[in-house]
Amino acid sequence: MLASIATFALEGVDSREVTVEVDVRPGLPVFTVVGLPDAAVREARERVRAAVLNSGLEFPLKRLTANLAPAHVRKAGPSFDLALAVALLAASGQLPPEDLESSAVCGELSLGGELRPVHGAVAVAVGARQAGYRRLIVPSENAAEAAIVDGIEVLGAPTLRGLVDLVTGRWAPPPASAGDAPAREPASWPDLADVHGQLDARRALEIAAAGGHNLLMIGPPGAGKTMLARRLPGILPPPTFEEALEITRVHSVAGISDGRLADARPFRAPHHTISPSGLVGGGSTPRPGEITLAHRGVLFLDELAEFSRPALEALRQPLEEGVVKVTRGQRSIVFPAAAMLIGACNSCPCARPRAECTCSATDMLRYARRLSAPLLDRIDLVCQLDASPQLAAVKGRPEGSATVRERVLAARELQRCRFAGTDVRSNADMDARLTSIHVALPARARERLLTGTRHAPLSARGHDRVLRLARTIADLHGRPKVSLADIDEALGYKLTVPLGVAA
Amino acid sequence: MTVCKSCLRHSHLIAHLAPRIAGLLDRPRPRPASILDLGEHALIETVAGPEREAAAFAFLEQFDADAALEALIESHLEAICRHAAQYPEGLRQLTDAPRVLYCTASPDRLGELLAEPTVTVVGTRKPSPYGSEVARELGRGLAAVGVTVISGLALGVDALAHEGALAGKGRPIAVLACGANLAYPARHRPLYRRVRETGVVLSELPPGCRPFRWSFPARNRIMAALGAITVVVEAADPSGTLITAAFAADLGRTVGAVPGHVTSWRADGNNRLLREGAATIRGTKDVLDEIYGVGNTPTYLIDAASSHALSLEPRLRAVLDGVEMGETLGEIAARTGMSAGAVRSALGELEVAGLIVSGALGWYQRVARR
Repeated sequence: MLASIATFALEGVDSREVTVEVDVRPGLPVFTVVGLPDAAVREARERVRAAVLNSGLEFPLKRLTANLAPAHVRKAGPSFDLALAVALLAASGQLPPEDLESSAVCGELSLGGELRPVHGAVAVAVGARQAGYRRLIVPSENAAEAAIVDGIEVLGAPTLRGLVDLVTGRWAPPPASAGDAPAREPASWPDLADVHGQLDARRALEIAAAGGHNLLMIGPPGAGKTMLARRLPGILPPPTFEEALEITRVHSVAGISDGRLADARPFRAPHHTISPSGLVGGGSTPRPGEITLAHRGVLFLDELAEFSRPALEALRQPLEEGVVKVTRGQRSIVFPAAAMLIGACNSCPCARPRAECTCSATDMLRYARRLSAPLLDRIDLVCQLDASPQLAAVKGRPEGSATVRERVLAARELQRCRFAGTDVRSNADMDARLTSIHVALPARARERLLTGTRHAPLSARGHDRVLRLARTIADLHGRPKVSLADIDEALGYKLTVPLGVAA
Repeated sequence: MTVCKSCLRHSHLIAHLAPRIAGLLDRPRPRPASILDLGEHALIETVAGPEREAAAFAFLEQFDADAALEALIESHLEAICRHAAQYPEGLRQLTDAPRVLYCTASPDRLGELLAEPTVTVVGTRKPSPYGSEVARELGRGLAAVGVTVISGLALGVDALAHEGALAGKGRPIAVLACGANLAYPARHRPLYRRVRETGVVLSELPPGCRPFRWSFPARNRIMAALGAITVVVEAADPSGTLITAAFAADLGRTVGAVPGHVTSWRADGNNRLLREGAATIRGTKDVLDEIYGVGNTPTYLIDAASSHALSLEPRLRAVLDGVEMGETLGEIAARTGMSAGAVRSALGELEVAGLIVSGALGWYQRVARR
């Protein structure tokens, strides 16, 4: 007898439908799995056999052939266990095939017959809904997470036995809802009120948050670069529902979701020894990298100059396009990667405050060259941190995150109205065309931008960057038009690199 | 041709014996050049040693002047010997003037450049950001008023002075410690090419000769003799730069030095020169004063070299002061009571006005005086 069931395999942060067919016919008792299974999928035979028997069900002593269709795509991981078991039970007459037609299943089995949670339940649910399935059965632990997706009935089953009861109608639990997951502590980010002094960095952080700009913080070690960066998510606007779904989906695929819809933007701070594929994603079965995990949030790279050159170069395309394309064989997988980049480094190799620095201009130039120029090109503003402790003793309590966030939200609201109906979310995303539409220059500003600086006239890219930044500064002040002072300030945040001989 | 065969042979003999000279002379004094000036036989006796003498004499025997001239043409070089009318007057004052000067341009072109006021700008290979800024600005400012800037194409101050001179649309002269057809250091090949195209590259060593330890101080005497003034931008003490300054002083030329931070070892050399009576050089204008005498600089030159008058708004002045003192922006904001945004705004304005320039990564510094 033949039976089949639909399941879903992860591919990047999407899922692809896989039909599991099982054929049971008289013959020597062997169990073959075909359809490009990897080692974990082939091992599923043993798990399925034990789980079926330990659930008090019958494992037919016949010739069993399972096929995973489409047969030309590699199948990896243990998430096919449940589909194999269900198709086998249906093929051996222990489950009514007609009850399975509009359902999809996904889950890993234990030898005892319990259902183990899998990664990427949100992506599976989205795939199942798109493929037109009415019902998705997943392990209980994944149920709430999968139920975040509307438009499909999600049922959680604790064991294989429970699943059989559920399909045959002996057990009718209520459909899972997103609220079932254990309550989570409300997201709390450290407060900007803890940061004394650092006026320049605070201002730059606020502008970066308001316009979604990439930021480079420069200062001696211990000045508080990490401390400031950690406070950035707290002044960013909360994710919209679509953004939250994107975040949850990515985290669910990576197995770091807590089962609820994300209510805060991610903050990722990988160590500088990270490999290029760790940063942007990759591997033979492509896995998302840090920049994807930071999607719609913040990617903080401390000690930017210490990251390997290939890792920094790999960041160029994602920062430019907001996605990572990983190509393996004939397949190319796209990971979302729209993150704000916050970099931090010292101003020179000796890393001492300016007054005590002993570096020569050549040393400084060499240090600056370690940062890849195309990467620096994507950085909209630069700020300096103070090392002097006297500044920390400035009177009064510094402004808290809540106040700063209000201004950021107001500026973001202006941008939302400005870009309504387009893909653009913030000023930082404006292309040259949008920049020319939305940034009307005051007369004297044009002349100032043409002058540029003594050593380097502004490049076309640098020019647009200043305009985008000026737009955000004007938005923060609620000015519909960009003023001359905004342009000057935007010019002031430009990255300056040490003087050197063109080699 | 502006070179006679005996001079040509002498200079090739030096190249032949160059590695031996290295063994004799790794110290700046006695002047390596005093050996270079010895007659051929005396040179061989002093330098070659008994076992090499025969080889050296054989080299002299077999020397083929026509082939050497051929090689010159091949490497696109010209040669001027002491007996030629085009030989630079400045060099004749040296007790040990090079017999032959190889150059990448015609002797007439060299003569044209040397007819302008000449200033030798030298300094450490590892300047501070401040020294870099001053070197480049001096090169640029001097070149812009038609002064011929002379330097050695070395890393650091030398190259920055050349770079500045090129930026100021000048025609710099580079004096090398190896054959004039070689770009040394190799990292400065693009700069070498630009200097060669617009100005002149000189050397006393025949084409293809590699640099030796002794050839750097020897080269320094040529730089010192060619410049009417030698300006030391930044130099440690002791250093090769100070040797150049000593050569210039021996020739009775003006030696100028840029004041440096007294706390910095990088500036010990130039500060010592100042203490010993060298002319204080704060910028292009001070150099022009030295060339023409205070107050005698032709006014059209002053106009071209001087920056526009500083009549800044108080807020810009306050921020500029902070940059000069090396304060962080946070410190400037705290001191002046300005908002962080206003400080950045002032910085943008100051940079466009050409008053500040990038120093270290993410930092600004004051531009050098004109």
